[in-house]
Amino acid sequence: MKIKAQVAMVMNLDKCIGCHTCSVTCKSTWTNRPGAEYMWFNNVETKPGIGYPKRWEDQEHYKGGWKLKNGRLELKSGTKLSKIALGKIFYNPDMPEMKEYYEPWTYNYHDLITKEEGEHSPVAKAHSVVSGEKMDLEWGPNWEDDLAGGHITGPKDPNIEKIEEEIKFNFEQTFMMYLPRLCEHCLNPSCVASCPSGAMYKRDEDGIVLVDQEACRGWRYCMTGCPYKKVYFNWKTNKAEKCTFCYPRVEAGLPTVCSETCTGRMRYLGVMLYDADRVLEAASVEDDQALYEAQLDLFLDPNDPEVIEQAERDGISADWIEAAQSSPVYKLAVEYKLAFPLHPEYRTMPMVWYCPPLSPIMNYFEGKDSIKNPDAIFPAIEEMRIPLQYLANMLTAGDVEPVKGALQKMAMMRQYMRAISSGKDFDETRLERVGMNANVTKSLYRLLAIAKYEDRFVIPSSHREQYADPYRSQGSSGFGFGGSDCDGCGPSLAQASVAKSGKEVYEENFYGGIWRD
Amino acid sequence: MIDQFLWVIFPYLCVAVFVVGHIWRYRIDQFGWTAKSSEFIEKKQLMVGSILFHFSVIPVFFGHVVGLLIPARWLEAVGVTEHLYHLGAVYVGGFFGIVMLLGMIILTFRRITKRSVRRLSSASDIMVNFLLLFITFIGVYATLVTNAVVTDFDYRASISVWLRGLLIFSPDANLMTDVPLTFKIHVITGFLIFALWPATRLVHAWSLPFNYVGRSYVVYRKNR
Repeated sequence: MKIKAQVAMVMNLDKCIGCHTCSVTCKSTWTNRPGAEYMWFNNVETKPGIGYPKRWEDQEHYKGGWKLKNGRLELKSGTKLSKIALGKIFYNPDMPEMKEYYEPWTYNYHDLITKEEGEHSPVAKAHSVVSGEKMDLEWGPNWEDDLAGGHITGPKDPNIEKIEEEIKFNFEQTFMMYLPRLCEHCLNPSCVASCPSGAMYKRDEDGIVLVDQEACRGWRYCMTGCPYKKVYFNWKTNKAEKCTFCYPRVEAGLPTVCSETCTGRMRYLGVMLYDADRVLEAASVEDDQALYEAQLDLFLDPNDPEVIEQAERDGISADWIEAAQSSPVYKLAVEYKLAFPLHPEYRTMPMVWYCPPLSPIMNYFEGKDSIKNPDAIFPAIEEMRIPLQYLANMLTAGDVEPVKGALQKMAMMRQYMRAISSGKDFDETRLERVGMNANVTKSLYRLLAIAKYEDRFVIPSSHREQYADPYRSQGSSGFGFGGSDCDGCGPSLAQASVAKSGKEVYEENFYGGIWRD
Repeated sequence: MIDQFLWVIFPYLCVAVFVVGHIWRYRIDQFGWTAKSSEFIEKKQLMVGSILFHFSVIPVFFGHVVGLLIPARWLEAVGVTEHLYHLGAVYVGGFFGIVMLLGMIILTFRRITKRSVRRLSSASDIMVNFLLLFITFIGVYATLVTNAVVTDFDYRASISVWLRGLLIFSPDANLMTDVPLTFKIHVITGFLIFALWPATRLVHAWSLPFNYVGRSYVVYRKNR
């Protein structure tokens, strides 16, 4: 057993209101740069829909993630040798083009103020940022927001296509939900495995998956390798970029920008301890539907004395173990079994999990008898507007039972809390039918509904002080040319490696009260 | 004097720029060192052009090694007669040369006519593109036309000997004076592109990730 720690995320989709605040704050933090206009490290999709890029879930087309070949795990896009020997390196057949995301545009605002007086007020026309030509806008980020055009794109959603019964997209029967997406920071990342240059890596200390901007040679296999299509190609710098899990914030014990700014307070961040030795084995189980359980099985109980002892031996510090013990992610994923991985069948062992959303009941169950008879919730779950099978196709490779169990728990919690706040009687033994009791239900309510900041985000700060000199790296930027926007700053590690004393650094750089670059 | 410059000074200058330039660029510009693919912007024409070019440039490279660096006597010793060599050079070399030329024509056409690709091209991209197209064209022309017209010319007795002389630091410009013009242009432009190499996108050729094949799939990095 080799224990590693990872900062993981859970999103409670039941509370996502699709406001896109996460996407916008992420974008203004990370991707408001030339070449990155089209990138949304975080985006919110309306489901059913084809998403961003179009039909990203169709791995027969994009060849992302892993597959089992004779019982062995292999990249779906082909072996390592095939990429070099078969010349795929000269032309990657499975790579998405920009138009499958969208072509970024701007408006010629200048026309608005320079146009001569005329009959009509001037209009700012859309211009492609790439070609500079005028564009007719036919697709863009979040084009399908709130099911816009859902009757056209909805049926093309790969999760819908897998449902056997016919789903109608007429108004009476339609349904929708929001799916915020970011890099999954997988335990078995196929993007990292796809990178021929070895520029992509998973950080040993917190599991964050990053691209080394200096080592990336722009071969673009990571874009193909990632089944979530969350590694992007900067068409100006010609390097791969991706969600950084806001590592500078996480290192300081702060939540990611998307989590911090989530108005619905539906994101949770916490430490998970897992057995790194068994990741490959877990990702190689035969049955797609067993992958969810296999991944659950990797997570270790942070309160188990043996686990604690081994974690200490593997170099995980006491504050990290403590954080793992109060991790909201552990609670939601392992203890309550409310959260599920997105598309476990891609075999990447993703680490951003989702609580499925409840939705209105299609027929008379809700409202009529449901408060009098709490048991009515059990058949009602299957009558929800969002088909269980649809959720299961996204979260458990099609296995309905775990999703149903989670929704029953959430519905039961609602009924229980509603009974308490409205002074109604509630037979608490009913809670046991979904494996809960009064205390558990109340703490679940506190975690999900009250969702205090300190309950949602339990992030230990990193121990960079042991090896880095952050003073030196202040003002530097990861994605800029030369890696730095300021003179005199640089990688924090370089300084530490030459091991100069503070006095030496001071004397070298500071004289006569003037800072010397 | 001009011969001394063209066939001694200029080649050494180019090689010096090539070597020093690469070391310099590798040290200061890791962030700019990339394959600079525009597949993300345009895919269809790139597929044909890029595959044709890259798959033929490899045999073309090895063809040059055989013809230029290995003395004719050595090849004869292992049974490759003048006639056999000539067949290989003209037919196999000519074939790959034409494929490469075709690839370069498609790539050049794409770079100029696709507006978004053109806008993303730097001056060095355009220059490299046209230079490669020109070198390929003149190389194919020399192989297929000049060789057939000037029958008594044998580059293995002139250019190859001269080049090997350069490599062992005993250059002899006289060997190049009677070489047909097409070959001369091909050689000069060839050295020119070596000089430009470190300043252009061509550096990606040195980053072919051979060690990927033997590497473990998932890479961890550890601070400390």
